[in-house]
Amino acid sequence: MSTTSQELDQKQAVTALRRKDLLGIAELSPEEIELILDTADAMKEVGTRPIKKVPALRGKTVVNLFFEPSTRTRTSFEIAEKRLSADTLSIAIGTSSVVKGETLADTALNLEAMSPDMIVLRHASSGACHFLSRVCRSVIINAGDGMHEHPTQALLDAFTIRERKKKLAGLKVAIVGDLLHSRVLRSNIHLLTKLGADVWVCGPPTLIPTDIRRFGVTATSNVEDAVRDADVIMLLRIQLERMEGAYFPSLREYFRVFGMTEERMHLAKPDVMIMHPGPMNRGVEIASEVADGPYSVILDQVANGVAVRMAVLYLLAGGVEHEEAA
Amino acid sequence: MPVVMDADRIGRTLTRIAHEIVERNKGTDDLALVGVRTRGVPIARRIARTLREITGQEIPTGSLDITLYRDDTMRHAVGPQPLVRKTDIQFSIDNRKILLVDDVLYTGRTTRAALDALIDYGRPKAIQLIVLVDRGHRELPIKADYVGKNLPTSPEESVQVRLLEIDGEDEVVLETGGGA
Amino acid sequence: MKRLLKGGRVVDPANGIDGVHDVLIEDGRIARVGRDLPVDDATVVEIPSGLVVCPGLIDMHVHLREPGQEHKETVASGVASAVAGGFTAVACMPNTTPVNDNANVTLLILAKAAEAKLAHVYPIGAVSKGSKGELLADIAELKQAGCVAITDDGHPVATALLMRRALEYAGMFGMPVIEHCEDPSLKGDGVAHEGFHASALGLRGIPGAAEALGVERGVLLSELTGSAFHVAHMSARASLRAVRKGKEAGVRVTCEVAPHHFTLTDEALGSPIPYDTNTKMNPPLREAADRDAMLAGIVDGTVDVIATDHAPHHYDEKKVEFDRAPFGIVGLETAVPLSIDRLVHSGLIRLPRLVELLSTAPARILRVPGGSLSPGSPADITILAPDLKVRIRASQLRSRSKNTPFDGWELRGGVAATIVHGRTVYTNPEVATTL
Repeated sequence: MSTTSQELDQKQAVTALRRKDLLGIAELSPEEIELILDTADAMKEVGTRPIKKVPALRGKTVVNLFFEPSTRTRTSFEIAEKRLSADTLSIAIGTSSVVKGETLADTALNLEAMSPDMIVLRHASSGACHFLSRVCRSVIINAGDGMHEHPTQALLDAFTIRERKKKLAGLKVAIVGDLLHSRVLRSNIHLLTKLGADVWVCGPPTLIPTDIRRFGVTATSNVEDAVRDADVIMLLRIQLERMEGAYFPSLREYFRVFGMTEERMHLAKPDVMIMHPGPMNRGVEIASEVADGPYSVILDQVANGVAVRMAVLYLLAGGVEHEEAA
Repeated sequence: MPVVMDADRIGRTLTRIAHEIVERNKGTDDLALVGVRTRGVPIARRIARTLREITGQEIPTGSLDITLYRDDTMRHAVGPQPLVRKTDIQFSIDNRKILLVDDVLYTGRTTRAALDALIDYGRPKAIQLIVLVDRGHRELPIKADYVGKNLPTSPEESVQVRLLEIDGEDEVVLETGGGA
Repeated sequence: MKRLLKGGRVVDPANGIDGVHDVLIEDGRIARVGRDLPVDDATVVEIPSGLVVCPGLIDMHVHLREPGQEHKETVASGVASAVAGGFTAVACMPNTTPVNDNANVTLLILAKAAEAKLAHVYPIGAVSKGSKGELLADIAELKQAGCVAITDDGHPVATALLMRRALEYAGMFGMPVIEHCEDPSLKGDGVAHEGFHASALGLRGIPGAAEALGVERGVLLSELTGSAFHVAHMSARASLRAVRKGKEAGVRVTCEVAPHHFTLTDEALGSPIPYDTNTKMNPPLREAADRDAMLAGIVDGTVDVIATDHAPHHYDEKKVEFDRAPFGIVGLETAVPLSIDRLVHSGLIRLPRLVELLSTAPARILRVPGGSLSPGSPADITILAPDLKVRIRASQLRSRSKNTPFDGWELRGGVAATIVHGRTVYTNPEVATTL
């Protein structure tokens, strides 16, 4: 049976995520987002202890299934899982030109036969996590699917902003870069608008997704307008190959027109936060002085990633038992 | 809904416990209080205040969230995970006598979780348990060192502790129905 | 062998008939259509009230997949699906393996159809050898073997020059060129309609303009050559605009729309099943304004034909991530319920217009027999049940493949029976008749 009047407290608290998987921010309510961020607060504290480990996910098996290379996100998830005492296994599948034959569905079903409780999936196809959640009984956590969403990135971005600014409502957040191909963009747009921020997105017209204004953001190709009086500036990576799709003529030109230089940064508020999900292309979307300067919180983002991912893992871990409950 | 302890009684009980602490430990050297969230925390603070009044010493006080150490999460299909709150212990617990404070001692599982959590924090010299109410029905071999009130109960009853800092008033109530 | 279909509502727009008539069939042909025909020695079939007798439906855009892709469909399973869907004839596309660019493949298809003895099959041959877009295929040979049109469907004819030549050459035989209209560079590696939903789901988009560019090219070349040009599976409002302008200028352009393009929109990409590969086809499901334009074109006559673009794919091929799934859905057995429910019962058009779209016009464009109940025509007849409640069940489709987004849909309008050459080749068990 349960313990003490502690139980009574839990019943009054905002209850946990009402879902089996974390496939994207689009489906989350603002309350669920706040719950994750609040839980991440508590998890961050675990990282300051001498023994950075709690038994919350003891006996649970978590598989990190990465179809796209990623050191940062994968390591972050691994550390988060280990801090919760889960048994973790990371599988890095080679790029599609190397791996032929076995489909995502078959890879997952083979895995599932070994009963992992949770699968953290990164894949090059948008919708891969939705697809997997229909195929697998395990809890699915989206670590980035194609151009669709990267929910834990947006959550750690929000956590980082909240740490400094205490709230997101009313902040002007400018997101600059390759908007069209960015899953970080979509997740951030959903999250920031749900929590009441004023979101501006900026890039060359060739890289602005169709109908982006229907998401409740202001879209512009004028970077000065975008960053003027901004509280937060998020830079998105420009993939070097984009020139081949004729999205813009050259990296040099991109940097001249859109690159975040100190000059442009100073159009923002004096306590502006400079963010980047990484990895950065210095001299393309962001000048080195800005990346390394005092306004940059890029390293904080990385540190917060572990706490946020611990929160997500913890909140979803109960889901394995709850399948019938909903 | 009988009130088994009113504000006055609670106050006197905590004062008595403070005196017992000083007596048993022959002073307050190396002592620290850690309240188990949620209601163990204000109780710990009150005891610290009383100890300061008695001895003039400032006893370090912290709060411990044991949600991540519970043994009943993820085993029952009872719905969402309990909310996790922050642990806040600003001092080293190594080589200290830790006075763990909770409001109600029942099955003993919360205390077990708290012990695990504390030991992950460091290596205390000793841990002593203070509870406001002991309602019996232990499921683990756990015993409180300081008990405010022994209250025999049946499993159908529940003990509700209300504190000024959280609930706006001080009282301990015995209710029928409910599992706490 | 005489059969008299007695007392049904006959809808034959080619002959201006819409009312209760009897239809006399003799030796596989329509002998007479009239009121209260004498029975003589004919077998009488009483048509229950509420059913509609019309010229056999013709689907002029079907992928039968044989030869080479029999795991998806064969000619036999395809025509079984067709007659269950009320179609007495189908025209099948050449993108088989090997491509139907020669008499051998054409004759194989016809032989399989003859074996199955269900619906008529009219093969459509390739424009270019292997559909590679380089050299013209042996079009006269194809015509002689039995092809009724040419196309490089699956993709557009590679260059304007080749399209011009194809139109000129095929025009010699009175064969239309059917075109999958698309500008490949604009289409790129797109997988869904370029719009709000693709943006939200992170799917690469294909703008409506990619299709419209192909339509405009075809209309201009049809004008230049004077030959018949037919737009396959039209989906975009800009395409409709181009067709309308071409018709107004007297160009010999016709077009077809598939039921999914006048019923679904790109909203289906995300809901009810996000990234459902049964919502992936080319051209893609477009935004509401495009769907509404297709409906408007059906109403005002700019759209000539409803054709399904029946594209069977094996379950395994569709059970993958959206990007990797092949384009296409089956359509033979869902066309009639969707058309009757969404076009007729919704009040947009009346039954005679629907029969034009599904029978009269395709017969005219492909120059094949049928499309009307004129005496002497083959007795290819579809008996519709416009008020029948139909529930689409993917698992029960007769096609080998079950890739449809309409599973579970409840519609009003179905097929009671299908008659080919005077022989009943399909009866619907739920209509409980002896047709």
